[in-house]
Order: sequence, then structure tokens, then C-alpha cells
Amino acid sequence: MSPALSDANDGLAVLEGQSVAQAYGIPLAVLLEMTHRCPLQCGYCSNPVEMERAGNELTTDEWKKVLTELAEIGVLQVHFSGGEPSVRKDLVELVRHANDLGLYTNLITSAVLITKERLTEIADAGLAHIQISFQANDPALANRIGGFKNGHAKKLEVAQWSRELGLPLTVNAVMHRQNLHELRDMIALAVQLDADRIEVANVQYYGWALKNRAALMPTIEQIDEATAIVEEERERLRGILDIDFVVPDYYALRPKKCMGGWGRQFFNITPSGRILPCHAAETITELNFESVRSNHSIAWIWQNSDAFNRYRGTGWMPEPCQSCAFKEIDYGGCRCQAFALTGNAGNADPACHLSPLHESIFKTAERESSEGGDRFIYRNFAGGMLEPELP
Amino acid sequence: MTEFIAPATRRRMSVSEASVPTLARGTKLRLDETRQRWVLLVPERVMAPDEIAVEVLKLCDGRRSVADITDHLAAIYNAPREEIARDIIAMLQDLADSGFLVEAAKP
Repeated sequence: MSPALSDANDGLAVLEGQSVAQAYGIPLAVLLEMTHRCPLQCGYCSNPVEMERAGNELTTDEWKKVLTELAEIGVLQVHFSGGEPSVRKDLVELVRHANDLGLYTNLITSAVLITKERLTEIADAGLAHIQISFQANDPALANRIGGFKNGHAKKLEVAQWSRELGLPLTVNAVMHRQNLHELRDMIALAVQLDADRIEVANVQYYGWALKNRAALMPTIEQIDEATAIVEEERERLRGILDIDFVVPDYYALRPKKCMGGWGRQFFNITPSGRILPCHAAETITELNFESVRSNHSIAWIWQNSDAFNRYRGTGWMPEPCQSCAFKEIDYGGCRCQAFALTGNAGNADPACHLSPLHESIFKTAERESSEGGDRFIYRNFAGGMLEPELP
Repeated sequence: MTEFIAPATRRRMSVSEASVPTLARGTKLRLDETRQRWVLLVPERVMAPDEIAVEVLKLCDGRRSVADITDHLAAIYNAPREEIARDIIAMLQDLADSGFLVEAAKP
């Protein structure tokens, strides 16, 4: 006998075939972007530059209906995210509704607006897990990156309350050229906060992050060092802290299996109810996304809508992907990145060394990492604000 | 703070036959009715325990010790106790290392 636990997605039989429609099982987890409003202004945000206004957001009743439908079709986990989900006055109500439906609830938050009283209410509503973002370890640097005064101190407080309330905690650390030198300190901070996990996520360049790429792009030396640190710390902190590591891919040879493959195991819902195969998918301007406000069910949209079927499986692939031995391993990489860098979402992801653009992307990354200025374009509803001249 | 030493209390459970394990807050064993199988829901992941793992997890109720669980399964599966104990401890230690399993509070 050998008791075994595997990641459930690996065990999901996903069938390939002509009838795509019936072959893709409903994802286990869904990301809910409840709003694009956020008190922070991080330049690395993956939200689209054209953000959804508050007036277009789904109402409380609409979100409740969405949650009910998700539970009915077999979704097991929901991630309340944004923007900043706690700007929604109905967050507690929605967490309670999800929990009552048997959904596993996760809150992905910047934490700066959350009072102790509100956090207690959220925990009592049945929240299973909280993920808090930290922009750096040094408070001045963290507040500069987030464009929010005293944000860091506030986050430390909320993290502490979370643990007092018994909530499992993940520290989300988005890393880039301007904070990678603090990686060890960020990991130590997570341990000090009694977090269960830290997600060391190198910036992926979509939406606001693409706009800020020159200010964020790490050097190749930084990436090598970070990879070594993560390996070392994983070993040292075994049984104390789990370390997830999202690798950056501009310097990679092979592309990432983005979202586990387009339309295979993930979708997210935008503030106004559109259903996307990836949270950055709206950057692909040639695709139309169906909404929960349409006459279609969520399951129908997942199985039948054009946006999901366009890049499913391998049939759509051009060369060099079509004849590639890895085509069912990485599914051609990331469609959003292919669109952002080549103008055609159906091209090979330039992160792949087989892409004709790979060499030039690598050189761009190298150049931006050494010559790019450090000033951010802060995220806001007015199309961004250039950070004042740095001292 | 680069040379941070984790506080001793932070060290997760070390599983032995005397341990009395229970699922941590944020870890939920559930029957997934859509897919007709048991799943272990954990922060930002869904795990698929096999049949025997499900049996073990159901017995991690905060009352039974690992020794009790071992006795129980050795009887059901009619398998050598030593082998069962080794497999169960290895599996539970993995879960404890990830923070999904904790020592139950003493009654």
C-alpha cells in the first residue's frame, strides 16, 4: 500500500478530439475579480490598462447567482480577488454565501483597507485562507512600489490579525528588478509573520506590468541568484514555510505552460462578469468574451464560446509548435504574451527558443534590465501617472 | 534580519505513532460529487487522495492516534502492521510539512 496525494488537475482526464465542446471538465478553482478598484497603484499589476468602472461591476445579487452556479457545476474553490476585493461592501456577505454553498474561499488582498473588525467578520463568514501581498521588506521601498503611504505597516498588522484568528496565510511577493535584492528578507518576513506559504512571483508582463516593463525587468544575474536562493530556502525551511516560485520567462529557453493550457483548467470572471481563459486575456483585443449577463450559462460559455475554443488543444497551432515534441507539455506557451510581442495571439510564445523572435526578446530584456529607468507609471483610472523624479 | 532563525514553536508537527493528527484550518476533506471522488482542499490547490489516503484522512479526527489508525487499517487491509505504519507516517509527515495537518489540541 502506498497512500498517495497528487495534484487533482493532473488526474483530470482531458480528452482531445473533434468535439471540443464536451471534452473539457469544469475547472476546480475559479478566480473572481470582483472589482478593478484598488487603493494601491502598483506598476506591476496584471489588470488591463483599460479598467472597469465601479458602475459596471456585478451587483451583490449577480455575484451570488454566479457563486451558486459555480458550485452547481462542480467548482470547488473560489478566489476573491481584484483590484482590491475588500472595497466591495458586500465582501462578507459573498464569502458567507460561497461558504454556505460548500465552496472553499480564498481572499487575495492588499490588506490596507481591512480593519480588525472587518477581518473578524470575514473569518466568521467562513473564509478558509487569506493571501496578502507585500511589495518589499523595506517599508519605504514597499510603500513606493505600491504608491500608498504607510501601506506596509498596515499589511503587517492585518497579517498578524489573520494568524490570531487562525486563518492560514500566504504571503504574496511579486518580485522584479527593484526588489529582488530583498528576496531573502521577504522569505524571512513570511516566517516571522507565521505564514504557511510564500508565493515568490516574478512579474509577468501583461496590462500595467507591460507598460512598466523597463522599470521592472530583472537582470539575468538577479534571476539566477533568486533561483538559487529559493532552492536553498526551500531546503532550510522544509516543514516551516512552503515556497512557491513563479519563474520569469523572458530569459527562459522554453515557455511556461500558461494557465495549464488555454481553456483546459482555469477561467476567471471580470468585475463586469466576462468569463476569460486567463486574467490577462482581454489584452488580446481580437477576442470577444461572453458574460454571465448574457443568456448563456457559465458551463456553456466554458465549453462552447469562441474565445475558449480558439486556442484549445493543439489543432490551432502553426509551426514551429505543430511539429514540436513539447506541444502537449507547454501548449505553445502564453497567448497573451504572443499577442503582446508579435501582434498575433496564434504565434509561438517568443519565450520559446524556437520562436523567430526569441533572440530579440532576450536582447530587449537584457537591455531594459540595465538601461531602463526606475520610475514607475502608477496604475490608476486615468491611464497612469508617472512617478515623480527619484532622488 | 537576513539570518532569521525560525522560532521553535513554528516547527510543524513531527509525526510518530503517538501523534494525534487532525486537519488544519484551511484544509478540507470533501466528497466532490461532480467528479465522484474525494478531494483535499488546501490553500490555492486541490489534491486528489487515493482510496487508502482517503481512509487515513477520515481517521485523522483529532481523537485517534497514529497508532490507533495503523491498527485499524492493518486489520481492514490484513497487511503487516509495520509496513502500514511506515506508509502512514510518511504520508502524514508530508501533509504536516505542508501545514495541512496539525497535532490536535489536548482535551
